[in-house]
Amino acid sequence: MIKLNNIQKAYHIGKSEFKVLKGINAHIKEGEFVSIMGSSGSGKSTLLNVLGILDNYDSGEYYLNGTLVKNLSQTQAAHLRNKFLGFVFQSFNLLSFKNAMENVALPLYYQKVSRKERNKLALEYLDKVGLKDWAHHLPSELSGGQKQRVAIARALIGKPKVIFADEPTGALDSTTSLEVMDLFKGINAQGITLVVVTHENDISKMTDRIIRLKDGLIVTEEQETTIINQVILNK
Amino acid sequence: MFNRDNWQEIFETISKNKLRTFLTAFSVAWGIFILVVLSGAGNGLRNGAQSQFGNDAANSIWVDGGNTSMAYNGLKPNREIKLTNEDFSVLKDQIKEIDNASAIYQGHNSKTLSYKKEHAGFLVRPVMPDHQNLECAVILQGRFLNMNDINNYAKVCVMGKPVKEALFKEEDAVGKYIDVAGANYMVIGVFNDPGNNDNNRIYIPLTTAQRAWNGKNYVETMWLSTGSAGIERSEEITKEIRQLMARRHNFNPADIDALGVYNNNVQYARTMGMLDGIKIFVTIIGIFTLIAGIVGVSNIMMIIVKERTKEIGIRKALGATPLSIVSQIILESVFITGAAGYTGLVLGVALIEGMRKIGVNSDFFKDPEIDFGLAIFSTILLVVSGALAGLIPSIRAARIEPVVALRED
Repeated sequence: MIKLNNIQKAYHIGKSEFKVLKGINAHIKEGEFVSIMGSSGSGKSTLLNVLGILDNYDSGEYYLNGTLVKNLSQTQAAHLRNKFLGFVFQSFNLLSFKNAMENVALPLYYQKVSRKERNKLALEYLDKVGLKDWAHHLPSELSGGQKQRVAIARALIGKPKVIFADEPTGALDSTTSLEVMDLFKGINAQGITLVVVTHENDISKMTDRIIRLKDGLIVTEEQETTIINQVILNK
Repeated sequence: MFNRDNWQEIFETISKNKLRTFLTAFSVAWGIFILVVLSGAGNGLRNGAQSQFGNDAANSIWVDGGNTSMAYNGLKPNREIKLTNEDFSVLKDQIKEIDNASAIYQGHNSKTLSYKKEHAGFLVRPVMPDHQNLECAVILQGRFLNMNDINNYAKVCVMGKPVKEALFKEEDAVGKYIDVAGANYMVIGVFNDPGNNDNNRIYIPLTTAQRAWNGKNYVETMWLSTGSAGIERSEEITKEIRQLMARRHNFNPADIDALGVYNNNVQYARTMGMLDGIKIFVTIIGIFTLIAGIVGVSNIMMIIVKERTKEIGIRKALGATPLSIVSQIILESVFITGAAGYTGLVLGVALIEGMRKIGVNSDFFKDPEIDFGLAIFSTILLVVSGALAGLIPSIRAARIEPVVALRED
């Protein structure tokens, strides 16, 4: 589903250059539930943004579902995001002036689904995340966990192939975090590929595979094993 | 792009962001409102001043008899100067610029007019034939007075449209006889005068009145128009008239109380100059109001786009194309400014019309009119400038990577 060949990206601040991704190679298969881990500044969020076509990259190749994602126009990128991808953000990113149902329905607006149809579907998806009774509440009237579930319903409604979640539990307490992860597991069970960025071990442990980033590079499998062993030994 | 769903999304966004909608709408509506009211009031001032001249010949001179205030040639002051038919003839002969001249005797008296069982009080003004040209009166039926009527002391009258309607209703008036204070006069014509209040009267021959009311050859007022003579020449003419009359009536030419000479040319030029000043003033205020409106709308649009950067980022993450982002912002802006401009126009028109209805009229303010062309042009100007002001930042916001837009707060 996702194939990365030597992805590099640098930020330019004034005349100096700061390399964030220094050559990422990875392969994520369809239906996988992957977490990307790393300390802050390791480039994990940048990698996720590149994967989600929310940001561009400097060199290398990124294949999404077999198509090369490179130098796309904004319009092409918008169509890809709309058709293939769903997003869940740490800060939820709901539109404050739309109620839960309208927020969930928004991706379908850009798929030219009629208003009646998309509101009906939005209610179904809100039901799936257990928020049907909250459909007409504004985001400001919802708790953090509820907001994130609305965001998940919004990510799901476009029937994406891949859902990217950037620290989805970062702003939630541990109980609601677990609820959100349970939702993700259920989504993954339906065959949707899931990529979660997190810095919490508890969260990443619930995924099928962990990709660890350090200073803009993926830490190799062997290194990973030793790190895991060290963790076990330390306990 | 222009389907119903799109508009629903736009209306929803507008109605759920009331403050910013109000701010944009208010600056546009206020600008157009001020502009409409200003131009309406400007026209009202103009109409008011113009009505002061009652659509009479503007290049005219009035001459009235008066009382001397200076001793002259052994004559005591406070002597009454009575103008006569001979004075009138002399003036007409001596001053070659005069193209129309009328003389009036006892022209300010209302009398009871009767026809069959209808009675009404109207002004009866004895005049000369040229009076029609001086008043700019239009003959609707029959004819105006002529020199034959004057020479023959004819008992005829020409009546204003309202007089005819009061006495004759639907009936034809020309050729019928009416009773004017006990004497019968034949109606020879009906006129309409575009000037203020100049219709509620009848005209009879000067000579007829002088004979009927024991007026000898006295004339109260002479009214002369000076053709194409300019302001300077007309001022000279007023001096010549004074000199001429002073010689004939034996008074000091410097004695301004002995003879009243009013030059409408000067008055007219002064008023028109003032009106042009008002017009320029109103235009300048209008232009500055428009500029303030344009700056206000542009500012608000730029702030709105900046404020919405995060929303744009979210929408893009969910699959919005740059075109859909830009078109949504521009359509929202055009809709709000257009509707607000229309509201301002309607309110301004309502105020001006209200002033007309309750009759806020005075000597210098009358019948305010609205320049719709100007109002609609200004609305379009504000709509376009709002759209342009929103276009540049919204294109920029639609072009940046979504991740940058999402980072905004």
